[in-house]
This record gives sequence, C-alpha cells and structure tokens, in this order.
Amino acid sequence: MTLNGWLQIAIILATVLLAAMPLGAFMAKVYAGKRTFLSPVLGPVERSFYALAGVDPAREQGWRAYALAMLLFNAAGFVLLYALLRLQGFLPFNPQGFGALSPDLAFNTAVSFVTNTNWQSYGGETTMSHFSQMAGLTVQNFLSAATGLALAVALVRGFARSKMNTVGNFWVDMTRSTLYVLLPLALFTAILLVALGMPQTMLSSVDATTLEGAKQTIALGPVASQVAIKQLGTNGGGFFNVNAAHPFENATALTNFVQVWQMLVISVAIVFAFGRLVGDNRQARALVWVMGVLLVAGIAITYAAEAAGTPMLHQAGINPADGNMEGKEVRFGLALSALWAAVTTGLSCGAVNAMHASFTPIGGLIPMFLMQLGEILPGGVGSGLYGILVMAIIAVFVAGLMVGRTPEYLGKKIEAKEVKMAMLAVLILPTAILGFSAVAAVIPQGLAGLLNAGPHGLSEILYAYSSAAGNNGSAFAGLTANSPWYNTTLGLAMLLGRFAYIVPMLAIAGSLAAKTKLESSTGTFPTHGPLFIGLLIGVILILGGLQFFPALALGPIAEQVMMLTGKTF
Amino acid sequence: MSKHSQPTISMFDGAILRQAVLDSVKKLNPGDLIRNPVIFVTEVVALLVTVLFVRDLVTDASAFFTGQIAAWLWFTVIFANFAEAVAEGRGRAQADTLRQARTQTIAKRLYDPERKELHANVPALDLEVGDYVLVEAGDLIPGDGEVVEGIASVNEAAITGESAPVIRESGGDRSAVTGGTTVISDWLVIRITAASGSSFLDRMIALVEGAERQKTPNEIALNVLLAGMTIIFLIAVVTLAGLGRYSGADVPVPVLVALLVTLIPTTIGGLLSAIGIAGMDRLIRFNVLAMSGRAVEAAGDVDTLLLDKTGTITFGNRMASEIIPVSGVSEREAAEAALLASLADETAEGRSIVALAQEKYGVKAPEQSPENARFIEFSATTRLSGVDFGTRTLRKGAVDAVLRFVRDASGRNVSDAGFAAAVDRIARSGGTPLGLTDGSRLLGVIHLKDVVKPDIKERFAELRRMGIRTVMVTGDNPVTAAAIASEAGVDDFIAEATPQDKLDYIRRAQTEGRLVAMCGDGTNDAPALAQADVGVAMQSGTQAAREAGNMVDLDSNPTKLIEIVGIGKQLLMTRGSLTTFSIANDVAKYFAIIPALFVAAIPELGTLNVMELSTPQSAILSAVIFNALVIIALIPLALRGISYRPLGAATLLRRNLLVYGLGGLVVPFIGIKIIDLAVTAIGWA
Repeated sequence: MTLNGWLQIAIILATVLLAAMPLGAFMAKVYAGKRTFLSPVLGPVERSFYALAGVDPAREQGWRAYALAMLLFNAAGFVLLYALLRLQGFLPFNPQGFGALSPDLAFNTAVSFVTNTNWQSYGGETTMSHFSQMAGLTVQNFLSAATGLALAVALVRGFARSKMNTVGNFWVDMTRSTLYVLLPLALFTAILLVALGMPQTMLSSVDATTLEGAKQTIALGPVASQVAIKQLGTNGGGFFNVNAAHPFENATALTNFVQVWQMLVISVAIVFAFGRLVGDNRQARALVWVMGVLLVAGIAITYAAEAAGTPMLHQAGINPADGNMEGKEVRFGLALSALWAAVTTGLSCGAVNAMHASFTPIGGLIPMFLMQLGEILPGGVGSGLYGILVMAIIAVFVAGLMVGRTPEYLGKKIEAKEVKMAMLAVLILPTAILGFSAVAAVIPQGLAGLLNAGPHGLSEILYAYSSAAGNNGSAFAGLTANSPWYNTTLGLAMLLGRFAYIVPMLAIAGSLAAKTKLESSTGTFPTHGPLFIGLLIGVILILGGLQFFPALALGPIAEQVMMLTGKTF
Repeated sequence: MSKHSQPTISMFDGAILRQAVLDSVKKLNPGDLIRNPVIFVTEVVALLVTVLFVRDLVTDASAFFTGQIAAWLWFTVIFANFAEAVAEGRGRAQADTLRQARTQTIAKRLYDPERKELHANVPALDLEVGDYVLVEAGDLIPGDGEVVEGIASVNEAAITGESAPVIRESGGDRSAVTGGTTVISDWLVIRITAASGSSFLDRMIALVEGAERQKTPNEIALNVLLAGMTIIFLIAVVTLAGLGRYSGADVPVPVLVALLVTLIPTTIGGLLSAIGIAGMDRLIRFNVLAMSGRAVEAAGDVDTLLLDKTGTITFGNRMASEIIPVSGVSEREAAEAALLASLADETAEGRSIVALAQEKYGVKAPEQSPENARFIEFSATTRLSGVDFGTRTLRKGAVDAVLRFVRDASGRNVSDAGFAAAVDRIARSGGTPLGLTDGSRLLGVIHLKDVVKPDIKERFAELRRMGIRTVMVTGDNPVTAAAIASEAGVDDFIAEATPQDKLDYIRRAQTEGRLVAMCGDGTNDAPALAQADVGVAMQSGTQAAREAGNMVDLDSNPTKLIEIVGIGKQLLMTRGSLTTFSIANDVAKYFAIIPALFVAAIPELGTLNVMELSTPQSAILSAVIFNALVIIALIPLALRGISYRPLGAATLLRRNLLVYGLGGLVVPFIGIKIIDLAVTAIGWA
C-alpha cells in the first residue's frame, strides 16, 4: 500500500460525500413533492405523465397496493424485456445481425436487468444488438434503479409518518426518481464521459492496425449513455464483456474516478435524504458512518491483500512492491482496483474494472463477503438504504431492550410484526446463497461450470450466488454460467433476493406508518453517536455475516491458508 | 421503599429445587416444548443424535463421542426446562400460602338486601354475581363484592400480608371487599361482583403460579427473532453438508448437530420464560399484582408519571412551619398562644404547631392544662378551635373565621396591614395561613405548609435522567400547586384536578406519543386508570378502580409507582442483555468448531484454531458443554434480574453493551478453553 494509493481513494470518497449531501437535500425535496430548481422545466412533464397514465398524484397507496403496483410494473418490465430478447433477430438497430437469445439466457438476462442485478451470462458485444442494449437493457437500468429509490422512500415515510395508512404513491415515486434524479444525472455524466473519450455511436465496430501490423476489429456502440446509468443506478451491466476493464468503457484513471463517484453518489445521497425526511440528520450521519467504516475496512483489507501479493509471485522474481497485478489493469493499479472491487460489491453495482477471481484469496473474499452482508455499504440505489434500515431495526431490537424500554427506532416501536418481517427479509440471503451453492457444489450440472478445482472452485460458486441473490451482478470469472442450471437458478436467486426481500420490507413500512411516532427523551435508546454506530456494525457482522463463515472457511479462507503453504488451484 | 410483606422465598430453596428437577424432566414433553422454538429444535436434534448413538453402539464406531454429544444436548434442554421450573416453583410456593385463605366458607345469602335478618346459609361456591350476602364479625367474606350497607373493620392480611385491619363501608372509595378476608367487627351487606373461580384471590393465585401466563408483546417479538436466527443457522449448517462434501470433508451428523446447537441462541431461548416469570414474581414480592405481563412491560416503557400530590409528593398532612406575629406582639407571645390553642388539638396539624412552638420558639408546654381550661374543638361550622381559660379566649383557624371571631368579640371590623401581608405571602407560596387571636386581639398568623418529602426531589431528578416526566395531580388551586410543584421539582402539574382533567391529560399525552402511568383508588378514577398505559389501583380502593387498572397495589401506597417502573425496566433489560450475550457467544463457538470440522480435510485450516483446543473432538465437546453449562450459570441472573440503576438510556446502553456484549464475546473463549483442558485431562475426548 502506498500513500499515493490511499490519497486517490480518499479523494474519490471525499468527493462523493461532498456531492451526496446537497443531492440528498434535493432528493428529500423531490420526494416530499416540494419545488426544486428543476420544477419549472420538469413539473409540466411530470404532470403530463400523470395525465396520460390516469394517475392521481395526490392519491396515496397503502403498503399492499404499493407493493402490488411495484410487482405488476416489474412483471410487465420482465415480460417486455424477455420478448425483446427473444425477438432480437427481427428488431432494428442490429448491425451485426445477432439472433434471438436462448430461452434460459433470455430469462436470466431479463430477470437480471429487472432486478437491478445485471448479472451477465453473455458477452455484450457478441450477443446484444444496439436496440436490445438501448431499448431493453438501458431502459431497465433506469426503471430498476427508480424502483429501488421508490421503495426506500416508502420505507422512510413509514418512519416519518404517524398514524397513517398510506406509504406514498408508487407511480409518483417512480416518475420522480426517474425524472428528477436519474435522468438529469445520467445526462450530465454521459456527456462528461463522452468528453473524456468514451464512444457514443451507432456504428458497430472500427478496425485498428496494431503496432505489430495486425488488424484488429474493436466493437463500438452507444457506450457512454449506457455506462452513465449502469453506474448511477448501481446496475453494473457492462456494454462490453469485460465491463469497466475495457478501454472503451473505462479509458483512464479520470473516467475511473467519475465512474466510482457515479456508483456511490445516489446511494449515499438517499441516506442524507432519509435524514431530512425523518427530520433528524444525525440519524443519517450515523448510517453513513456505519457504511463508511465497513466499506473503508473492506477497501483496506483488499488493498493490503493485493499489495502483499503472494509467495509464488515473489518466488517467480516479481518485485514484491508490485503486489498482485494479475487480472488488473495497469492504468488503474492496485489502489483503484481494490477501491472499485469493494465499492462495486459494497454497493449492488457489480461493474468491475479488474477480475476478482485473480485477486488473492483474501482480496477476493472481501467482495464476496460485502455482497453476503446484504449490499448495504452503502448498497444499491434505494436498496442499500432499506437494507441497512432493516439491519438497524434488528440491531435496535436486540440491544434496545437493554435500556429497559420496548425498543424504538426513530420514534417507532419495534414490535413482533416488524421483527417478523425483518427476519423474513434477512432469511432470504442465506437461503438463496447457501442453499443453491450447496446443491451446485455436489451435482454434476453445477460442477460442470467450474474452471478451477478445490477451494477456488467453491469460491466461484459461492460468489455467483452471492452476486445473484444480492442483486449485484459482478462475476468472479472462471465460472461458465451460461448453462440451463446456472441461468435458471441464478435467475431464481435474483428474483428471491429482490422481491422476497422487498415485500416484507414494505410490510414494515406499512406497519410503521400506522404507529404513533413517539417523542424521544433521555430514556430513549440513542440511535446516533458512536455507540449505535459500533452496535450496528457488530450486528451487521455477527447477524449478517456469521452464517456465511463456514462456507467462507471452505472457500477463500481455506484457499488463503493453503496458498501460504504453497498450494494453489 | 415499602415493606415486603409477602413471604420471601430464597432463590435456591431446597424443596423448590427438588421439585424443579422433576419438572424439568416432565417438561421434555415435545407438545409443551414446541412453544419455545429454540429449545424445541434442540430437543429434536438431541433425539436424532441419540438414535445415531444407538446405531454407533451397534456398528461400534465412535459411539463414546456420539453418546457424550447426545448427553450434553439433553442436558441443554433439561437445563433450560430447569430454569423455567425454578421460576415457576417460587411462584407456586407463594400461591400455596394464598390458597390457604380460600378455605371453604358458608355464606349468608339474603333474600332481600333490605332485610338482613332473613338469610339462607349456602356454600360460597354457589354464590352468583348479583347475590347479596351478610357478613358479620368473625365471618370470612365469601367472595369479591361491593359493600351496599354497613361499615366494618376488615382484616385483609390474607391478600396483603398486612395485619392491621382496614375500614370498609358502603359508598365512597372504600367499598370494595375481597373474598377470603375476614370481618373483625360490625357487619356488612355485600353485593357479590365476581363469580366463584374468577375472584380476585383466584386470579391472584393463577397469576402467581404462572398458570395464566401469556407471552408478552416483547417476549413474542423476541421469540420471533430467536426462531428466525434458528432458521438462519439451520440453513448454514444443513448446507454445510453439501459444501463440505465438495471440499472432501464429510462432516458426521452429530458434529453438524453440535455446531447447530451451539450457534442457535439456546442461552436466551432457555432463559426467556424464566426471566418473564421472575419479573412478575418480583412485582408480587413487592406487593403489586400485575394483571398481565403486558402491564409489567408497559411499566418499563412509561415516560410520564401522574402522581397524586398528597401522600406521594408531600406528607399527607400540612405542618406548621412558621408563626408570624402582628406588630405589637412578640414572637414568643404568639408562639405561646399558638401552643396553648393547640394543646388539645390531636390532629396532625395541631401537633405540628405544638412541636414548632417548642422546637423553633423555645416555648415550654405547661405541666398541666391551665385551671378551668375549656377546650374548643374544631367544627366545620365555626372552622375554629382553641381554648378558653381565665380571661383569655385563644382561637386559631381559617383566616376569615378568625377575623369574624375578632369582629364579633370587639364589635368592629379589624384590619391589620401586617396580618394581611403575612396571609397573602403564605397563600402565594402555596401554604395555608391560620389566623391566631386572643379574643379581640389579633396575634398573628401560623404558616401551615404542605411539606414535600425530603428525598422526593432527588427521585424526580433521577426519573428525569431516565427520560420520565413527572406530573403532579392535586386538588389545590393553581398558585398553591405551582409552588409545591417547583419545590418538589416535578415537570408539570394539574391543579384543581377533576377525574375528567386527569383523563384528558392522559389522552393528550398519549396522542403526543407518550406512555402514561398513574395510580388511583376512587370510582371516578376508573376511566383514567383504564385509559393509562399502566394504571395502578389501590387495594383499598373501590371495585371499579380495581377492575379498571391493570395492576393492584396491595399496600395501597401510591409512591410505589416509581418502583414499578423500575421493575418493568429491569425485566426488559434482563431480556435484552442476555439476548446480546447469547448472540455474541457465537463468535467464539465458530472459532472452536469450524477448524475442528474441516481440519481433517484441509489441515491448513488448523490456523483458525486460535484457542489451541487439543483435538477436534474435544473442541466440539467443549463448545457443546459450555453451551449447556452457561444456561445453568445464568439462571440466578435471569431470576434476580440484572442490576438496575436509574440512568439515562445512553449510559445504560454503554454499560450493558460493555458487560453483556463484550463480555459475551470474551467469556466463551475462556470458558471453552478451560472446559477443553478439563475434558482432555479427564480423557473424555
């Protein structure tokens, strides 16, 4: 690790914080329906949408209606995208003449983009037409991100309200998320990326003559527009197969900077918006601290592990100061690769600028573990906030009794109903990750996809299901996932990880909104300040992480201890 | 603190322990155990391992190890049952003493409540609600009821443990009688208000025994959390079979079971119901009867206390604090007159005037009453009392009454600037002025003061630190109320309070998101008692009040409200702390078992064996043994409750998190290591 490396990391994270605070204030206004500086331009557009769709923006929904609207909307999105992928051969903007996707791949891909996962069992530039990328994938990049934001806002309203039966209007929250937050930011950053040299064209490819004189065909397309929303919406589905390691998708340290910033900014901003909406910024700061501490710890461990390299590399005569550069881009180096790896998995983005499978075992353990923690550091847009709020509810319940009162969080009593729903939500990850992994690890269909044997092979399986269930979408590489078994089970894991989590979460929102908001006093369990931050970190690690410890021990931990004795796979 | 009149039962009374051991085996019945998901799962897997042990005996493979695991799993279940049984046993011992009061009695049922001479003798069990009965001196009152006629002194020791008799009479706030108590003098006509089997005594016995015990809201929520965690770890352990097979580590089922049982929260799961029972028990020992566990929890949540001024904040009676002479009268002369005028006054106020004159003004009481002294007793019409002797006619009393007396004696209106000023000052400070005169000669003013209890201000400051607001309820006028409120340090007061005012105040506080506790005794308190989150009715109060409240204070001591809140908080804190401890324990157990599980297949994982446990078998066994023993070790804490001090939430959290969170992380590392050394030394593994 070098000071220079840490400085780069620190500058990027500081820029995110600086931008997230005002953005959070802006978003709080947007969701409260107040006027913002964009209202003169976007207000009429917004109203015309409602008029067209026949939505009364003033009519709010209870949690069940809200959940139903969300599920129907996402189901429709899935059907549309599935049809589009299956019919790709007949649709326009297909310069390379790609045919239809296989049913299982189309299912997997449609689920993947609707759930904000963007797991890619395919190589983008060799499978998808421009039309599929733009009208199918990019559209879902916006909508799945907006869905996440809408749901988070619904939960926040549950905390902010007192004795109300409604949690907001799904259609309004969707429209506002897309129109006021995602579109302007995407537009602005796409132009910035184009200015930094990213392609945005309808051409299919260019031919280049390499230094050796060979001829090379490099795929092109509307890259910048898709990258902008893939990062902002923590979607992560790359235009190219190798994602942000591709020079056209991430050319320089500067584009890398912009893209890390994009990944983090909305997820952090929504936390600040939460603070404003519940009328207590200290609550938001505490959550940002928790996210920050754990994320920086993750970055540090990955960075340290990669900078330390491996005994084999050292024996091979590689300068130990270079660390482990396998699978990394020289233009990013160790620090920015470690930063990106931790951020993309602490979030639910899943874009990669280096190959996580080539990390040292511990360096690869961290991204996997961050996903298993539920991607709440700071998590996907919206989903990170509601994820960490569910953990906070559990933390408050476990420890809150210790102050001698029925636990309350933000003035809301946490009772059997909330605990039940929170536990239901928390159960999803171990079920989907460990359940599918355990089966895949013993059946031939599962083992067939592995590139490596031993613990590394197990890591490939664990990583894939962690990524799918967490709606992350990054891959460990090595696993050949485009098979009916993996396409189907990963698709199911994605659906479980998204919707089986959301519904109980919305039930919590509904239950909280109906409760009286209690006044806080010195007898109230304090949910800001270092004590709560430490407590929440402990609960996230013990309750969120401990169940994965045996699996991790057999995967990356075993690989690490074996590597140190000279065994590799 | 008030007296503890219920029999104190030692935590480890021999008879209770013997019974508890038996009960803990009886409780193995899965039908009962299923209500406790964590322990139920433990029992199921214990059964599974026992079956495997039998199989191993036949195949002769590692049967000794499997047998030990099975044995310790059964111990875990039995220890958990034992905790509950001990808690129940203590309650049952108290119920037995109560039951002695419920002896079979014959009631004198009246045909007509107006004619008490006509009655039939019927067994008390046959009485129905609405029947009228006559009870006379020496009779046991056959059932709960309302006095409709008569006045009598009643010994209620059977219920309250207090042997001094109390007065029960028709009308007013002392009209409720309880079945099982004894009339000592006079007679009463009672209308029966509770059918036999649902009387106060029956309910009390059921509550004490825990027979009617329903899970409380927090307990239900905690059970959900524990069940959820059990499922999570079930998934983690079951999937380990597949993941282990991939890695070439086929983990035997007893070992997987051992991992499961050590990870699921058996500690808190096993102690949860004992904590709840013990909490109720603590209240009962404190002579407060909670009608439901929900009420005890609500007591912990309360953040607003409505306290009656009289008896709680101030001593019941006003006391003289100062004697102010008018000009031309010496202080000593006034004090002497005050003393003489009060010599025969046996009221607390009168005695306090005598005491004040002696102590503060150095007046000596005469050896005997003055010659020919004629004492004038206080009457409601004159509102004066005093003494006539010789030429003197000393009077003290309400200011206007004294002035009227002076006017009548002198035949003219008297006005004295000093007198008026003193009266005014006393009234404004919240005190009561008493005029003092000798015939037509006005002597001065006696300052009667509501004396705030000496330690009450600190108590309220303490409550404020805990985040609890105190509200004083008084019939005094706003000026007096404000003065006392500021002296006592309450946060708010309701002056000239009517029952409706109390009810309104509670409703308003509740809409602001507060939880309110109050105590009351009169029938007109009933609506407020019912509306309050915690309503403590006085045992001496009316039947209506007792029905409306969710707690009954057998000592009828309103000050206890503060302690009741403390007991509620202690119950919740004990639960939270042991939950935290139980969950934190898992970290160490992982480090004991995971390396042991896989070290055969992947020897390098031995590096995770940070405790350096001697063999995989001893590591697994030690973790399971620790897991079982920790339940036994924590039973006293569960029954006693964790130490409780009235501190702010932040301080409490810091302390408890340090003790039970950090302690929960560290203790098992040490404990498992010690057990491992022992197990290895004995040669069990």
